[in-house]
Amino acid sequence: MASIRVELPLHLRRLAAITGYEASIDVDTPITISRTLAALEARYPMLEGTIRDHVTLKRRDFLRYFVCGEDWSFDHNDTPLPLAILEGKEPLIVLGAIAGG
Amino acid sequence: MSSVRLLVGTKKGAFVLTADGKRKDWAISQPHFPGWELYHLKGSPVDPNRIYASQTSGWFGQVLQRSDDGGATWDPVSNKLIYDGVPGTHQWYDGTPHPWEFKRVWHLEPSLTDADTVFAGAEDAALFKSTDAGQSWTELSGLRTNATAPGWMPGAGGMCLHTVILDKANPDRIVIAISAAGAFRSDDAGATWKPINKGLHSAFLPNPEAPVGHCVHHIAMNPAKPDTLFMQKHWHVMRSDDAGDNWTKVSGNLPTDFGFVIDTHAHEPETVFVVPIKSDSEHFPLDGKLQVFRSKSGGNEWEPLSRGLPQQNCYVNVLRDAMAVDQLDDCGVYFGTTGGQVYCSPDGGETWQSIAENLPGVLSVEVQTLA
Repeated sequence: MASIRVELPLHLRRLAAITGYEASIDVDTPITISRTLAALEARYPMLEGTIRDHVTLKRRDFLRYFVCGEDWSFDHNDTPLPLAILEGKEPLIVLGAIAGG
Repeated sequence: MSSVRLLVGTKKGAFVLTADGKRKDWAISQPHFPGWELYHLKGSPVDPNRIYASQTSGWFGQVLQRSDDGGATWDPVSNKLIYDGVPGTHQWYDGTPHPWEFKRVWHLEPSLTDADTVFAGAEDAALFKSTDAGQSWTELSGLRTNATAPGWMPGAGGMCLHTVILDKANPDRIVIAISAAGAFRSDDAGATWKPINKGLHSAFLPNPEAPVGHCVHHIAMNPAKPDTLFMQKHWHVMRSDDAGDNWTKVSGNLPTDFGFVIDTHAHEPETVFVVPIKSDSEHFPLDGKLQVFRSKSGGNEWEPLSRGLPQQNCYVNVLRDAMAVDQLDDCGVYFGTTGGQVYCSPDGGETWQSIAENLPGVLSVEVQTLA
């Protein structure tokens, strides 16, 4: 198990009443994006459905996952996260698209 | 002394406006859920402190909120509105089959008898029900699996179920409306449904009198006369006196019968309010003059009401859920605009005052009359 930092958009932090930029979530190994988001949703049930679909668990279209400066939004849901994330040096970033009015 | 509480949903948050029974001086809350689209908020008629809100976003999807203290504080409730079974298809804009996809809740309708029961009208069109104050939801799937459903097609704003009307005199009766499928009624508490569109004429349809496919914008009913329904259709203002089985056009002398909102006076079931909009391609008032039209005869004969409303250079729209009436003796009428103004008439439409001028675009207005 490791404590994973998850950086969230402002709207989701407010929805979950998270202070600061990040949530810190304990996740069992092997630690992946899918397992981290599942742990995040278990801790903050109000976030269910806001990052990924309730049923398919598909990422919402206007969100992206960034890991150590790389876009892991596609085909990386079950890839083990790198050491920098596991050691807490880097957060898993859930980023909202710059779009809309 | 009585007071009123206005629940205003906007493109960028919700606002609660309060006033005493004179409805002259208003207090406006700070934005609730800032940055989110608040499609609709509505209070329980059983417990006015219980309010439900539909909070939605193109980024983060659907959230539903509940307040138990009159809108002062809120808690998210379940947003798991999941179609029952394997969703089928409806018609897409080009006529091809398209899978049902949940997008948002357009309208929340609390039960008339139980504060924990609430209905949610969704896009893509479906009706959901919660009996535990929003902690869980079940689809009343008899509507979406109606034999006509594969032929339903979205309107320009999406295939939204935007109107839910409950009948206290007949708890098994529910009337709903969908753009652009039409109106439907259940007489068995939502188990089965039938289209109620006879008498509607939509020139854009291959068969203008087709059983479904009509772009119904909103329906209003006065509880004292529940079999009488008034409809603002895409074009045409309609009336039914048999709970929707048959409709008659009552546009009468309206300068244009395109529009979105329609509502009835709280104490006069034959008094109806609409806001005529120029056309389906120009969504603003005629000649830049914002006017409410009132009929005291159940339609056909309409009079313009403009005292206090802008009469030049006004090019806003009034969306389908953005009009409401209070229950005070001198019935108050309220509406909000896409320009962020909210107007109040404390005298049944005779005079109007702006009670909020610079909100984000208004999506919905509901009012609670408090003892």
